[in-house]
Amino acid sequence: MKRLASHLGNVVVLVVGLGVLFGLPALAETYLIINATIFAAFAILALSLALIWGYAGILCFGQAAFFGLGGYTYAVAAINFGETTSAAALAILLPTIFAALLGYFMFWGRISDVYLGVITLTVSLILYRFVNQTAGEQWNIGDAPLGGFNGIPATPILNWPGRPGDQLAPEDIFSLTVGLLLIAYFACKILLATRFGRIMVAIRENETRAELLGYDVRLYKLAIFMVGGALAALSGLLFANSVFVSPTMFSLPVSGQIIIWVIIGGLGTLIGPLVGCILMQVLTNQLGTLNQVKGFAWVDPNLVLGVLLVVFVLLVPRGLTGLATDAWRRLAGLARRPPPAAAQPVQERTSNP
Amino acid sequence: MSEPLLEARGLTMRFGGVVAVDRVDFALQEAELRCVIGPNGAGKSTFFKCLTGQLRPSAGDVLFRGTPIAGIGSHAIARLGVGIKTQVPNVFDGLSARDNVWTAAARVAPGRIAERRTDQAMERVGITGIAGRIVGQLAHGQRQLVELAMVIAPEPDLILLDEPAAGMTDEEVDRLVDLIRELNQRHALVVVEHDMQFIRRIARTVTVFHQGAVLIEGDVARILTDERVRDVYLGKQAA
Amino acid sequence: MDYAIILLLQIGSAIASLVLLSIGLAVIFGMMRVINLAHGEFLMLGGYAAITAYNKGVNLWIAMLVVAPLTVGLFGALVERLVIRHLYGRLIDTMLATWGLSLAMIGFVTVVFGNTVSGISAPLGSLSIGGYRTGRYEIFLIGVAALLLVAGWLVLRYTRLGLIARGTMQNSAMAAALGTNPSAVYAVTFAVGAALTGLAGGLLAPLSGVVPTIGAAYIAKAFITVISGGAAILSGTAIASALLGAINTITTFAFTSVLGEVALLVAAVVLLRLLPQGITGRFFRRAL
Repeated sequence: MKRLASHLGNVVVLVVGLGVLFGLPALAETYLIINATIFAAFAILALSLALIWGYAGILCFGQAAFFGLGGYTYAVAAINFGETTSAAALAILLPTIFAALLGYFMFWGRISDVYLGVITLTVSLILYRFVNQTAGEQWNIGDAPLGGFNGIPATPILNWPGRPGDQLAPEDIFSLTVGLLLIAYFACKILLATRFGRIMVAIRENETRAELLGYDVRLYKLAIFMVGGALAALSGLLFANSVFVSPTMFSLPVSGQIIIWVIIGGLGTLIGPLVGCILMQVLTNQLGTLNQVKGFAWVDPNLVLGVLLVVFVLLVPRGLTGLATDAWRRLAGLARRPPPAAAQPVQERTSNP
Repeated sequence: MSEPLLEARGLTMRFGGVVAVDRVDFALQEAELRCVIGPNGAGKSTFFKCLTGQLRPSAGDVLFRGTPIAGIGSHAIARLGVGIKTQVPNVFDGLSARDNVWTAAARVAPGRIAERRTDQAMERVGITGIAGRIVGQLAHGQRQLVELAMVIAPEPDLILLDEPAAGMTDEEVDRLVDLIRELNQRHALVVVEHDMQFIRRIARTVTVFHQGAVLIEGDVARILTDERVRDVYLGKQAA
Repeated sequence: MDYAIILLLQIGSAIASLVLLSIGLAVIFGMMRVINLAHGEFLMLGGYAAITAYNKGVNLWIAMLVVAPLTVGLFGALVERLVIRHLYGRLIDTMLATWGLSLAMIGFVTVVFGNTVSGISAPLGSLSIGGYRTGRYEIFLIGVAALLLVAGWLVLRYTRLGLIARGTMQNSAMAAALGTNPSAVYAVTFAVGAALTGLAGGLLAPLSGVVPTIGAAYIAKAFITVISGGAAILSGTAIASALLGAINTITTFAFTSVLGEVALLVAAVVLLRLLPQGITGRFFRRAL
């Protein structure tokens, strides 16, 4: 029964994904396709945090750091190489190495969750401040100016592998991004079903027990943290192709958004944060239009997002997927037998300080 | 005498000004069953945590088959073939009982073999009937049994149990006594307990802790009639 | 020689600003083990309170020293009632909720004051040392930071409130068993922490100006200082501020101010690798 539901879920995700992948380019205008590309790139970012926070219990407040590094590495390398395939590879590799370094300090130092959140947040903030002041010649890396506050508006678009200069069209970038999102989603699903993934979840449940069984918890956490970093970097690279890189990629609102997607979608699932991400993107866009175009000053996106986050933490701690599962259980319970058995214990995000 | 399986030499643990374990020498032979007893606050649990790598001793050595293991970390000690059950049940609350035990078996065996070992361990402990239940929802005694199955699933050479009978029903204690006797046919065990009833049923050699040091060590019958041991226990109860 | 004096004054000023930036956060963290992610916005609110009061004709000193802490302290009490209270014992959820609060505050202030920089000029004029000049107001801030630390120490050491606070820091369950109401202690703590933050925000406003997003510029430093310092509120903050302030200033002098911040972060990360519980988690454990 449970297994059936899970297979059904996978099929639904696949069908919807493929539908978007092949349907949207045929139907929509270019600007809409570019918007959808940005959504899909952000969805990969949501996936990265859904994985490391929801399944490994690593509360990283600074996924934006890897997101931004991925984008900037890509832009700088592509400008210097004059070709984007190796730049894209480097854009994943470098942030992953950075994640490994940061992870080493955090996991070998055995710092608590609260400190971990603060350290990762601080790292992304410092990167933001650093990149923000890189205007001027002395900050050129090879041929690439970092551009300070303005970023790199001339971020090159991906070319077909082996054909420098032959750029992908926006529709191709869209297909690539949505395709990679689907691959990343199912790769995460598979990863979680492997021995590594199951042990990772056990570590989330009880670190001490995992240690006493002989697992080196630090290595497992480092590995999954690097996977999360790589996914965030991939997201940054794709984002750079649909917009361009700028310091805002590292900024507090970006870090905050990722957390909000996961909380609103539902921690401990992969699909929840994806849905949360898309919903919140749509909402943010609408609010931005209301705020700036229609002149409703009071619908400031930050204000609405912030209030939503507080409300979800206080009143809907398990997010939309939690609400959906409860509703589903109630329906199924009504259909078969009266009062449904006790639900699974409410997920507690808190662990030892 | 051959080289001991587990040995502590001059083991000392200080917390600030308090000496919880004071220059303890301890040796356990292969396939031996040793009970460590003592009143509350005698330093048993601190001693246990030094053996399992949860605490790094302030001074002294712990040797497993001659290799120093003090301060190398719990996971490294477990990898040498030591199964550890802590005083507070340490289980994966959000997972099913079977997944709990599988996690233990999967560390030492691949794929199918891990599955088989999981089932065997659950059978030996007698929890096959609750394999699918979420451990967080089980009664305390059942959780203890799940943890015990996790400890024996990797087939460790040495098993360290800290107060295994705590919170169990009489029936579960009976099963535990049988299980410890059966385990001892193949594994060496150290059982830390303060429940004398339980000790009487399983013990052969007993080490008595008092005020952080070894008070006396020897055959169970002799220990239980020893004046000093009685004073330590009764004195504690009177106070 | 003059250069050395200026450098020392700069270091002192950097240390003082770290103390001011982080003391409110440290009070809340030390007592409740809660990291208030809206800390930067509390500072921002303090700055706006001071500037708004000053523009409405209130004396600048009263605006900075009275209006700012009072406003933010009251706001903190309100937040504690409405949000924090419901999340006790759930540290991560508290962090998330305060983060939501931080975003909401940025949004709200943007709506009310607009996304523009406001400022007031620093009082007290400047001071010449040889060929160099420095602001008298910065020296005044060093004095305020020192005064805050001393006053905090006196309160913790000699008053009934301080006794309760020390008890809660050591062991909150024990303090509750002895008859203090932890919920009341936490409410007061949060309000006091917020008021101190408001004071800092007001005092720093003349130096940096205010803009709705200024919190982000402050919090990195404040977080680093508090977690490097560890659980002891006063000594932790003081020692970490001294260490990190010196590193920051010297790197800034040698290179640029942003590299100064990078050095500060690197120092803190390495420090936490060595001392995961912060400086006072390892040394000076009995300190306040």
